[in-house]
Amino acid sequence: MLQFILKRLGLAILVAITVSFISFSLLFLSGDPAAALAGETASGEDIEALRRLYGFDRPMLVQYFDWLASALRGDFGESYYFKLPVAGLIFDRLEVTMLLGVCGISFALLVAVPLGVAAAMRPNSIIDRLALFMSVAGQALPSFWFGLILIVVFAIKLGWLPPSGTTSWQNFVMPTIVLGYYAMPAIMRLTRAGMLEVLNSDYIRTARAKGASEVRVMFKHALRNAIIPVVSLAAVQMGFMLGGSIVVESIFALHGAGYLAWESIARNDLPTVQALILIFSMFYIVFTFLADVLNAWLDPRMRSS
Amino acid sequence: MTKPLLSVQNLTIDIPVGGGTLHAVRGIDFTLDRGEVLCIVGESGSGKSLTSLALMGLLGKRISCTADQMDFDGTALLEASPRKMRSLRGARMSMIFQEPMTSLNPAYTIGDQLMEAMLLHENVPRSKARARAIDLLEKVGITAAASRLGQYPHQLSGGLRQRVMIAMALMCGPELIIADEPTTALDVTIQAQILRLLVDLVREMNMAMILITHDLGVVARVADKVAVMYAGQLVETGPARDVFSQPLHPYTRGLLHCIPQPGKTARGEPLGTIPGIVPSLVGEVEGCVFRTRCEHAVPACHAAIPRRERGDHAFRCVHEDGHAPDDTRAKEATDA
Repeated sequence: MLQFILKRLGLAILVAITVSFISFSLLFLSGDPAAALAGETASGEDIEALRRLYGFDRPMLVQYFDWLASALRGDFGESYYFKLPVAGLIFDRLEVTMLLGVCGISFALLVAVPLGVAAAMRPNSIIDRLALFMSVAGQALPSFWFGLILIVVFAIKLGWLPPSGTTSWQNFVMPTIVLGYYAMPAIMRLTRAGMLEVLNSDYIRTARAKGASEVRVMFKHALRNAIIPVVSLAAVQMGFMLGGSIVVESIFALHGAGYLAWESIARNDLPTVQALILIFSMFYIVFTFLADVLNAWLDPRMRSS
Repeated sequence: MTKPLLSVQNLTIDIPVGGGTLHAVRGIDFTLDRGEVLCIVGESGSGKSLTSLALMGLLGKRISCTADQMDFDGTALLEASPRKMRSLRGARMSMIFQEPMTSLNPAYTIGDQLMEAMLLHENVPRSKARARAIDLLEKVGITAAASRLGQYPHQLSGGLRQRVMIAMALMCGPELIIADEPTTALDVTIQAQILRLLVDLVREMNMAMILITHDLGVVARVADKVAVMYAGQLVETGPARDVFSQPLHPYTRGLLHCIPQPGKTARGEPLGTIPGIVPSLVGEVEGCVFRTRCEHAVPACHAAIPRRERGDHAFRCVHEDGHAPDDTRAKEATDA
């Protein structure tokens, strides 16, 4: 197990280095950074001065290692737009995004996994059909529309929840539902499919032949084997929620990192974009690594391969 | 006279299939005493495995199962509550399956899976269950038993896994073991070992066993009683000695003719075959199901078939001795 973890960790680090290089090179892919910084009316001399000031005249690899070394110390440079350190800017926003992501994925898992198990226990029953309906609806409803409907009903008509802001936990209820609802269908269907397959396997019959109760058969013997692909999927969706919750963040005016990324792209604020891409990628890598470790714990066959 | 451990009368299993009902098992009877080995023989699809799953109460909900009687030591298995059935399964009756490669849960250690039945049924501490598991692993011939407990199924070979399955079935000291083709998936060299082991343990612990197989060589070595199953019916039942020395049903004779017998089958002589295929069991089936493949078939085979008894030895055939009266050629062939 330890050997497996170390191997995965090594791989994760390699991926992280590659990603960091790619996100650094984005700066140069979008044209001359000094010219972009100086603006349209700047003279050639101004651009040259800026180039020297920000060190764009040095070889690219030197700039990369310089940037990486600062990034590792938590220094991502200064935002071109806010004229503030990028790190502080992001970490304020990241708190909101992380909270939203964790709540969203938890909500999705808590609803989708039991529903998937229930649907697999009785295929074609009312529960199965209801679950299918919910997943089709979840897949089809655009989150901006679903979010607005929730605001209209629960914030405006009923007045139960605040429509926007980040002042209390109540602000996070509707965004969590919208974000989680988006991730639910895939998790639910995958749980159901996995359970149906596992329930037909010989070792489930063995468990029943031992006199294990249905609950024990379902949760101890079947779910552990069926949940493995769900873990991988949930990790990817969690990563996606952090970076891709822009729509939800803007509907509910939660100024999180997703929203910041969108704004920074529009403003050509390259250090911020770079740092955000790096951080989101790192989250992806960490979640995938954690999912691999969790899966290896669930399925011993993975440890040896 | 004491009551048999297991008695089954008129067990019928129907499976709904697209466009009809598959009459998979059609009214079978048998009894089994403590310490006896009953072999159910028959080809694939004859209903052997379904019969064993019915005894364990493991048929799915979609499959309908009825019987005039299906008693295990005074408990009517078909009327028993799910809770009652669970308390029997794994404790007083246990089952060994055909596929050792897939019958163990890949996610748990051998030890966890061995101890599970005992921890479920008996109020014992883990340490005691562990000791029992080690003891049984040694009994089924696994070396370094204590260290095997921490291993996972994928780390063991097929033969070892089947030994584990046998140990698992024995954990609670059951009175009845049902082994559904326990050696079919194994190498020929391992088959004999596992079978010998299983039979020795059954004798040693005075358990009753139902051994399902299509290997008559196996039957000849271990069975006290034989039940020959064909297309959902027991066409012949009786003490193993009688069935082998005096097979009465044409199907049993055909089966015995398919295997070489030392001293009887001449070198170079082709082995027998039974022509034709098993008929479809969907829809109503009348008369003898074997008649389409039987060389003794007469028009009366379409009518109801009587069950004929000669002491413990019983068979179902229109002919009194299993031979068509005018078919002297066939009689000579089987007598030879």
